[in-house]
Amino acid sequence: MDSLGLHRFQFAFTITYHYLFPQLTMGLALVIVVLKLLGLRKRDGDYDVAARFWTKVLGVGFVMGVVTGIPMEFQFGTNWSRFSQLTGSVIGQTLAMEGVFAFFLESSVLYLVLFQEQRLGPKLHLLASVALWAGTWLSGFFVVCTNAFMQHPVGFERDAAGVLHLESFSALLLNPWALVQYSHTMVGATITGAFVVAATAAFYLLQGRDVGVSRKMLSVAIVIGTLASFAAAFPTGDLQAKLVHEHKPVAFAAMEGHFHTENGAALTLIGQPNVDRLHIDNPVRIPRLLSFLTHQRWHAEIKGLTEFPRDTWPDNIPLLYYSYHVMAGLGSLFIGLMALSSLLLWRGKLHQRRGVLWLLMLAFPLPFIANTAGWFTAELGRQPWIVYGVLRTRDGSSAHVSEGSALFSLLGFMGLYALLSLLFFLLMMRLLERGLVAKEHA
Amino acid sequence: MAELWFWLLALVLAVYAVLDGFDFGVGILHFLIGKTAAERATLLRSIGPVWDGNEVWLIAGGGTLLAAFPLLYATAFSGFYLPLTIVLWLLLFRALGIELRHQLQNPLWHQAWDVAFSASSGLLALFLGAALGNLVRGLPLDARGQFFEPLWTDFLVGEQTGILDWYTFLVGVTASSALTLHGALWSTLKLDGELAERARRWAARLWPPVVALVVLTTLASSAVQPQLRDNLSRYPLGLLLPLLALAGLASARLFLSNRPKWAFLGSCAFVSGLVLSAAYAIFPHALPARIPGRELSLVSAASRPETLQAMLWWWLPGMLLSASYSYAIYSRMPKTFSVNDPDQH
Repeated sequence: MDSLGLHRFQFAFTITYHYLFPQLTMGLALVIVVLKLLGLRKRDGDYDVAARFWTKVLGVGFVMGVVTGIPMEFQFGTNWSRFSQLTGSVIGQTLAMEGVFAFFLESSVLYLVLFQEQRLGPKLHLLASVALWAGTWLSGFFVVCTNAFMQHPVGFERDAAGVLHLESFSALLLNPWALVQYSHTMVGATITGAFVVAATAAFYLLQGRDVGVSRKMLSVAIVIGTLASFAAAFPTGDLQAKLVHEHKPVAFAAMEGHFHTENGAALTLIGQPNVDRLHIDNPVRIPRLLSFLTHQRWHAEIKGLTEFPRDTWPDNIPLLYYSYHVMAGLGSLFIGLMALSSLLLWRGKLHQRRGVLWLLMLAFPLPFIANTAGWFTAELGRQPWIVYGVLRTRDGSSAHVSEGSALFSLLGFMGLYALLSLLFFLLMMRLLERGLVAKEHA
Repeated sequence: MAELWFWLLALVLAVYAVLDGFDFGVGILHFLIGKTAAERATLLRSIGPVWDGNEVWLIAGGGTLLAAFPLLYATAFSGFYLPLTIVLWLLLFRALGIELRHQLQNPLWHQAWDVAFSASSGLLALFLGAALGNLVRGLPLDARGQFFEPLWTDFLVGEQTGILDWYTFLVGVTASSALTLHGALWSTLKLDGELAERARRWAARLWPPVVALVVLTTLASSAVQPQLRDNLSRYPLGLLLPLLALAGLASARLFLSNRPKWAFLGSCAFVSGLVLSAAYAIFPHALPARIPGRELSLVSAASRPETLQAMLWWWLPGMLLSASYSYAIYSRMPKTFSVNDPDQH
């Protein structure tokens, strides 16, 4: 792999690993607020027990998010120095805002949420939980806003030397791409939070342990999970796909595995993209559905990849195609599983259906995979550009950092993150083993 | 405008050094003040609530640096590729040491994280000090204004320098001793009984070598970076910054035995004075160069004046707001920590 490839691989690896934790903490922060609200309104201590358990998990997840997040900001400079130099005036704004407005809030309020419940009393403690939720989601907004600028640059101008200058703060922050991408991303994080809580509740219910708290926790998770699963597809996913189709038709064609322009294009459900021969091997298709989903007309034209110059094609079409299909496939599965669980919950039968509980318990890794695949779709669809249509990825890396240095840091991160995974796993197992209503440890 | 932002960023860095500096110092003294596992747990509890908030100053500073001085950020971060990567790993280990130690009740687990926390704190203080030394000494910028420094070359201050040479190593040692003193004063203030007494003895013991190192580093700096003397005649007002450091260092000793709070505040002035003095040595460049004429100037490193101006409108109020509510929240933490506290956070 050349040094550009190593820089790309390192960023992809570290950001993919990092985002396993924020999606969990952002999702859990919302679930905790809902649990605490219910606890306060119903005057039911079980909800507070559940909230306390998830606050502990959030605390560990937050530490993991912090230690894997700091390298992200540094890598803009270490590995992507030409990109930083040319676009820092613009993307630096949102990254700095994240520090100034979100990180201070998160880190200070987390102290209140974790350690000051007794002293604050239920109402103030709820308020602190709301502030923590706001902080984590605000942080998400600034990051997505930065990425949205790279996906769909607005509010800037470029000078003769190729340097980007900020023209409008409001255009940058109200980038239509950012608003759609943000809502889709936050819905995705909520799904992760809901599935993890549901899986844990199912884990205890199947063992007949902490049944009272688990049932309430499960109900909350199923309601939130159902709403979020539907919202991931419609409206947020649908809007996102339409934005991609409108502004990046070439990425859209690659995602869908659509090689040739057609009227009444079919939707490819499964099949292997063959980039040499420009078709899908062994496809399973639904006729005309792609045209209908995109334009609400069965015979509308959808442009194929061959319509566009080769040097604007995303450089890894198979991975882009598979990522998109994995995300969409899992998204459909979430709707099915959550709708079924909701139905059973409504009829009061969910807790006896051990088969469904088993499914819910085993399903918790899937939202992590779906969120990751979604980000792969967004980022691979942006290629070959680092700022879409403005700056190519190959012109953004640090030119004078050698392959050896890049490989050294990449291998180091891989080793350290393997260690982090073991530690996180160990601590989660401990928390699960201790149970929901366990006493504070000495 | 670029000059204003230079000093705002220097201030953020100074606050970071003051805040995370006492965490580093506590880490370095971890085994020297904390003789038993319980005592070390107490030391960790005294920084447990705040270390993460302290580190936010580094992150916020990094983002602001990127927004205000994109070229400086790009050049410096890629040129310092190897040491920064190592700093990231050390930050990771330190955070884990602080946050994971109390999760399991097992002596080996405690020992492992105690060592990780203490060693990474010491190495971080050394590396960050050396980084500051690199900036003051000047960087091996090429004709295109780029550089890539290996970890060391021949340890001499020549044209092709490494991260570590005798000068930057000296700055690193000075910085870590200064932060150790700073951490000892924090512990004197925040711990009680035998622990506070031990911390006070360490502060008293460390004070003379810190004074000697500061004098030595100042002499070495003016030898290595001749611009320092020009700055004294061009911007005589800047002399206040090293004086601030000296006054802080003096009051840290003066109030050590009976007013620990004042001694700690003196040490805060000392640490921030050191960082600001380093900034004063770099000013008016963004990056001084080993070869004269290749310096990166503040204006060419900065974003457009319009952008810098517009940034002020959200940055200043945002920082003031965040700093004040963070302070309000953290002031709820216990005034002192004792080994005899019921073990909770």
